[in-house]
Amino acid sequence: MEAEAAKFIGAGIAAIGMAGAAMGVGNIFGSFLSGALRNPSAAQSQFGNLIFGFAVTEALGIFSFLIALLLLFAV
Amino acid sequence: MADPNKVDPIHQFAITDVFSTGDGGFAFTNSALFMVLTVGLIIIYMLGSTASRSVVPSRAQVVSELLYDFVANMVRGAAGSEGMKFFPFVFSLFMFVLVANMFGMVPFFFTVTSHIIITFALAMLVFVVVIGYGIYRNGFKFFKLFVPAGVPAYVLPIVVPIEIVSFISRPISHSVRLFANVLAGHITVKVFAGFIMSLGSLGVLGFLGASLPLLMTIAITALEFLVAALQAYVFAVLTAMYINDAIHPSH
Repeated sequence: MEAEAAKFIGAGIAAIGMAGAAMGVGNIFGSFLSGALRNPSAAQSQFGNLIFGFAVTEALGIFSFLIALLLLFAV
Repeated sequence: MADPNKVDPIHQFAITDVFSTGDGGFAFTNSALFMVLTVGLIIIYMLGSTASRSVVPSRAQVVSELLYDFVANMVRGAAGSEGMKFFPFVFSLFMFVLVANMFGMVPFFFTVTSHIIITFALAMLVFVVVIGYGIYRNGFKFFKLFVPAGVPAYVLPIVVPIEIVSFISRPISHSVRLFANVLAGHITVKVFAGFIMSLGSLGVLGFLGASLPLLMTIAITALEFLVAALQAYVFAVLTAMYINDAIHPSH
């Protein structure tokens, strides 16, 4: 196989990792909404935790995106 | 770069010399230029808006007071009132990252935070401050950070190495999160802008088709403004949480 082709295949495989981050981020916002609708008065105080959890989870998807970019442009 | 018609989404991150003193000598790059602009804007704005303080604030003063309150509440919430000692540090980091990210959203401007060396330097600064202050304040007790309280003794051989590795990998995740978010966002905008060009060159039908990626580019640009502010906030929150670890190491 050509090395160039392997690079593109690798980038495609790396992009699959973003599916996990998508599930995680969806779970975080879904859980926040269901909790917030049960107790709306407590929702505002948890906004910082929401954003923090979102950022930590999203970073993992960004990592796999980064691997894809590295394979496409840097290797 | 050989073909000028080919869309190159990476080109926007190229570092060029604004002026230099020759080969291998001192070089003032566009990255340095925009760092100077970022810091200059922050200093001018914050000093200018609070120079003539009044009880009924001007609009500029309201904005700087909002920023101050926002970061102060965040630091107090994450690190306690003792963590307010580090408020100037966290506030400087927050303002630098926020303004640098916002500068990056202006077309043809260089994004300082899209280079890992910049964000890694910031993250290492936080890491060194946390270790230094933690040992200065707590002495040997700082290493309790790696031994969570209430964990059975037979689990400790597994837990302690995990805690140490997660502590050491902090500057990496701290810096890569900011850098990769900014980089990924800017590349995405450029890739969709490239779709507009390649579809638009196909004639009348292409013009109709090109309106779809145009809408997408506008939507992603709006999202990027959100991400720019959000990542500055996240960077500051994580800094405050790490400082909290330095002040109260025993979980």
